[in-house]
Amino acid sequence: MADMQENNKTKQSRRNFLKKAPVLALGTIAMAGCNSEYFQQNFKILSKEEKDKIVKNLEKKYSEKYGKKFSVSDKPAMDNTLFAYALDISRCVGCRRCVYACVEENNQSRDPQIHWIQVLQMNKEKGIDFHDADVHYNPDQVPVEGHFYLPTQCQQCENPPCIKVCPAKATWKEPDGIVVVDYNWCIGCRYCMAACPYGARHFNWGEPSIPNEEVNPVTHYLGNRPRPKGVVEKCTFCVQRTREGKYPACVEICPVGARKFGNLLDPNSEIRYIMENKRVLVLKEELNTQPKFYYFFGV
Amino acid sequence: MKFLRFLRDCLSIISTGSRVYYACLFFLTVLMIWGGFGYYGQLKDGLIVTHMRDSVSWGYYIGNFTFLVGVAAAAVMLVIPAYIYEWKPIKEIVIFGEILAICAVIMCLSFILVDIGSPERFWHMLPFVGTMNFPSSILSWDFFVLSTYFLINVIVVSYLLYTHFYKKEYKKSIVLPLVLISIPAAIGIHTVTAFLYNALPARPYWNSALLAPRFLTTAFCSGPAILILLFQVLRKTTRFEIKDEALFKIAELMVYTMFIYLFFTLAELFKEFYSDTQHLIYWKYLLFGSPQNREIALYSWASILMGFVAFLIFLIPSTRKNFFTLNIGAVLIYFSVYFEKGITLIIPGFTPDTLGQLYFYAPSVTEVRTAVMIFSGGALLFTFLTKIAIAILFEDFYFDTIRKKKAQQKRNAQL
Repeated sequence: MADMQENNKTKQSRRNFLKKAPVLALGTIAMAGCNSEYFQQNFKILSKEEKDKIVKNLEKKYSEKYGKKFSVSDKPAMDNTLFAYALDISRCVGCRRCVYACVEENNQSRDPQIHWIQVLQMNKEKGIDFHDADVHYNPDQVPVEGHFYLPTQCQQCENPPCIKVCPAKATWKEPDGIVVVDYNWCIGCRYCMAACPYGARHFNWGEPSIPNEEVNPVTHYLGNRPRPKGVVEKCTFCVQRTREGKYPACVEICPVGARKFGNLLDPNSEIRYIMENKRVLVLKEELNTQPKFYYFFGV
Repeated sequence: MKFLRFLRDCLSIISTGSRVYYACLFFLTVLMIWGGFGYYGQLKDGLIVTHMRDSVSWGYYIGNFTFLVGVAAAAVMLVIPAYIYEWKPIKEIVIFGEILAICAVIMCLSFILVDIGSPERFWHMLPFVGTMNFPSSILSWDFFVLSTYFLINVIVVSYLLYTHFYKKEYKKSIVLPLVLISIPAAIGIHTVTAFLYNALPARPYWNSALLAPRFLTTAFCSGPAILILLFQVLRKTTRFEIKDEALFKIAELMVYTMFIYLFFTLAELFKEFYSDTQHLIYWKYLLFGSPQNREIALYSWASILMGFVAFLIFLIPSTRKNFFTLNIGAVLIYFSVYFEKGITLIIPGFTPDTLGQLYFYAPSVTEVRTAVMIFSGGALLFTFLTKIAIAILFEDFYFDTIRKKKAQQKRNAQL
């Protein structure tokens, strides 16, 4: 008899649990539901209204978090625009001002530190040779005798290997040629980082931190808005600026004018002038990534 | 209803056992909890508690994932020789091979889950609810083949055990096609996993057509190594019968695959070293490390040495047909492949990184603890499933005998 009762008891508790299970499941969903961001779909497939609503919510969230008024734009690409970049290797002195201008403009995490632009110091006798390059050069004064500098960042490939591998379509190429990431959709698998031949993609290994007084409140959803931990980010040619007709921050800051930017489809643009009058090269051309980031020798 | 009763009785099988069994469960649970707290820290603070960084963006987790795909694949590939050579306990070999495969696939998916930065967003890469990048992303292919493979194995194992439990004859027309599909699926999961790394021209170390064939050959060493050991234990402790010849045959087949693996590796090394291009730098790092840090070379040479000794043991008939040396060989080849897939396959692919920068990666304590959590969880599941299979197959654990036993107990209680 004792055995039977024992049996009944376990049966009952099991039944109780089974009764509770759906309630528990619903509860979890409901809790996650309070955080409507969790159920947001891939930004690329959303309608204009849905995008606007998300952007409004984000503005509110960021304004509260950083204590200043935030704007988050979702401005789409302009017609007849294909952005491209040119960098004059002969002028660059390796001062890294572009690196820090980029950090400030694009709200990169200060600790842990993220740099979208990496400047490589190379030996003149070796030429462009990554295996002989140094990112962590730290002399009293640049340029160092016998060296030249090669800044790298996202090369905004026409045939981007990173997009191909993303399992969730969380990164894509916009009509104006900019490769962007939906930080609300990226699952953080880092397959794109393995696929990128230019080390252009960076991961938020920890919770990103930006001091309130340094945060840039003028943002774009696909660009410089603050990111959560556990997602990938990268250079977007300052999409928040360039879609408003401004230059990227790195172009503006460069003290020697080594950085040029413009619309490839505009025959009168500076970038077209460089392509027609200078000899340009791209990095790792044999990989067929077709970068829209050209290097040239101006002088 | 009948199936529910089957499940319920399976639960009662795993909840009763000897003292050794409970000690085993306790030990594994303690390990899992210890590892789980490590993983909790990672969930809270992010992947920064690992030693992965932008330069080496994949590490120990992905290595373990790759290794376990191999284990999952090979366990089932043993079915091929079992059919060809008509080993008697073919049903048992299939069941235990597939149970190993089920546990390995679950561990694989767990390693992917702990590796991704935002695991709560995993559904984003699923079809229908998310936006799966199929067929472009190889990871989406991997998801499909792994889940298909998992389902096939779950169905075959539970169907075979279920019919045995109810003393019914299993229908060959159901089992045979599924087992036959599971063989190409096994090859498929490992090939697709190799393709994951293979076609990334940014990483020359993996960009060799021999990668997938090499994956298959190592898998055919590590999976059967576990089964050789398992079958001996089963033979000693249960009514499971497998002839010595069958075990030696498995070992003999392993020699062939080891030889092919050796040949592939030599071909790879010849191509790299004779070409002497800049891509050699990854192989040099693999074999000799870098002047600043030579830790990786320890693992690669340990793997090479263990593999080579195992190859000799399996090659020489007198050591192959001696269970003492055979078992040493099985353990050696298992760890050789574990080092190779877990550590020396992934890390040199990222060292130096695409811009030529060196970052020396070794797993952090959190990574090791998380891996311990997954391995002990997998072992726990494997213990449960094998216990069920042993009870049903060899300990006359049928539905009617249980009922009789329960009635007996009831009568005893009433008396």
